[in-house]
Amino acid sequence: MRPLVVLAVTFALIGLAPFAIASDYWLNLVIMTLYAALLGQAWNILGGYGGQFSFGHAAFFGTGAYAVAVLQVELGLNPWLGLAAGGLLAAGVGAFVGFCTFRYGLRGSYFALVTLAFAEVLRILSNSVWFTGAGVGILIPLERGAASFQFVDKAGFFWVIWGMALAAFATAWWIGHSRFGAQLMAVRDNEDAARALGVDAFRVKMAAITLSGFFSGLAGVFYAQYFLYLDPYIAYGPAISVESLLVPIIGGMGTIFGPLLGAAALQAVAELTKEVVGEAPGISLAVYGTLLVVMVLFMPRGLAGLGARIAGLGPRARRRRAARLEARNA
Amino acid sequence: MVNLDIVLPSVLNGLTTGALYALVALGLTLIYGVLHIINFAHGALLMVGLYGVYGLNAFAGVDPYVALLIVPPAMFAIGYALQRGIIGKASHGRDENILLVTLGLSIVIENLALYFFRSDTRIVDTPYSFSTVEVLGAFLPLTKVIAFAGALLTAALMWLIMTRTDLGRAIRALAKERKGAALVGIDTDHIFAMSFGLGIACLGIAACLLMPSYYVSPQVGHGFVLIAFTIVVLGGMGSFTGALIGGLIIGVVEALGGLFLGESLGQIGIFLIFILVLIFRPTGLLGHRV
Repeated sequence: MRPLVVLAVTFALIGLAPFAIASDYWLNLVIMTLYAALLGQAWNILGGYGGQFSFGHAAFFGTGAYAVAVLQVELGLNPWLGLAAGGLLAAGVGAFVGFCTFRYGLRGSYFALVTLAFAEVLRILSNSVWFTGAGVGILIPLERGAASFQFVDKAGFFWVIWGMALAAFATAWWIGHSRFGAQLMAVRDNEDAARALGVDAFRVKMAAITLSGFFSGLAGVFYAQYFLYLDPYIAYGPAISVESLLVPIIGGMGTIFGPLLGAAALQAVAELTKEVVGEAPGISLAVYGTLLVVMVLFMPRGLAGLGARIAGLGPRARRRRAARLEARNA
Repeated sequence: MVNLDIVLPSVLNGLTTGALYALVALGLTLIYGVLHIINFAHGALLMVGLYGVYGLNAFAGVDPYVALLIVPPAMFAIGYALQRGIIGKASHGRDENILLVTLGLSIVIENLALYFFRSDTRIVDTPYSFSTVEVLGAFLPLTKVIAFAGALLTAALMWLIMTRTDLGRAIRALAKERKGAALVGIDTDHIFAMSFGLGIACLGIAACLLMPSYYVSPQVGHGFVLIAFTIVVLGGMGSFTGALIGGLIIGVVEALGGLFLGESLGQIGIFLIFILVLIFRPTGLLGHRV
């Protein structure tokens, strides 16, 4: 039960932000951190807990973002309904990609390649069809007000992304503590052994990629409403796919708090680079790439792994380990 | 009715482009065949090679074809160093980590280029840039015909290295059986790095052959990398002949797709082939195993 308590306390504390922080700059940082954490947790559900490394999460993100924007601009649908539509459509894309790949047992590098290709196909399509505004992009008309999902002050956006992130993290907790999650992790650790034990690997992976797509789509919806502008490169370009996987890799894959740690670290690094080097094109992604290489080289288990290692050295952890060993031997 | 006068030049054009794609894919398939990793930094390294050719031309007046003496060896050294210094050390026993590291490298290289060179496209001007030759009644740019011949020669050279030299034998031994190769005294780290270097040297050759008829920009590798993946998957991961045939097929598909569907949708044909092949025949046309 302990992680659940920590999770509740963490989110309660983060929930104090709009009351404690007056400056828009800092509140925006908190919002962007939660947004990155949501992206990262979405990837983590499939990549961290399920061991399926996607290089094309932009396919889900972009679908969510375009769904809310296009339905709003072309059909006049209320963006709150667009929120549901975006999440569900992204989940649908997730299920479709999953069906195409898992059905034929694609794993590892092959899975990474196919997801990347799907994101590229969607990018080219959104660059060619009329209703996405093609290469020019799509602009959501300004209409401030809670009813049109365009809050006047940042606190409104904060509560939306807070709720979305909470849902994603609660799902990650559930995965860590449910039969489904146990099956998913068994598939990650050894798919053949899991199947021999009667786990329906295909069904489990399908569920994971659908959930992952759903939350990625929610992040896309939020992005569209927060920035009110999309183009094919923003929505389906490689930057989102990279950010999605970088956050949990920095924080710690397959851990519930990894994406939050990773998102905070990434935001800090991004802001720091902006201060030091300025906002030149390419520089932030170059830093992201360097982080990715360095993390994999020196800290493959991420910040959470580092934390666990430090915590594992303490006397309390040692006593607990000893007690567990005794209980097992008894 | 389809007019043959348009289709034939288009097919020939596609074949010349395809030969260059094949050359890029050759490096990728060599690296995959031996190291069993997919090098996501392949496109970024091609871009490095292209900037190398461009730089030599712009600042030292070196002709792109003369650069063949400089750029491929330099690329070989870069590849050797990358594998030995970074990629080989990152695996921690898991292939996924190598995927992530090469992805990270590609992001770093591409964005550093973007930072230093901006996203301008640059070209190399040569006296023969606009010369054409007549092939089967169609007029093709001279540079593309040279590229076609050069790509085939390089493929033949690679084949000779792989089958007739001690290095090639060591590489093939390592590809088949890592432990066994180490047991008979092959320095595995060195041979891994040599294979990676050779694969990247192929990119150097491709860069020299490509530059006279193409351009360079920080994102130029993007277009090539997915195409190269498609070719490698289509031809069968690790298969040399497969990469050659796959490259030519993709070149023609792209040319015909562009002719009938327009430039931007023509590319979709390639990705669709890619997804379909991965799904239905991940071993490729000539591959043996996944």
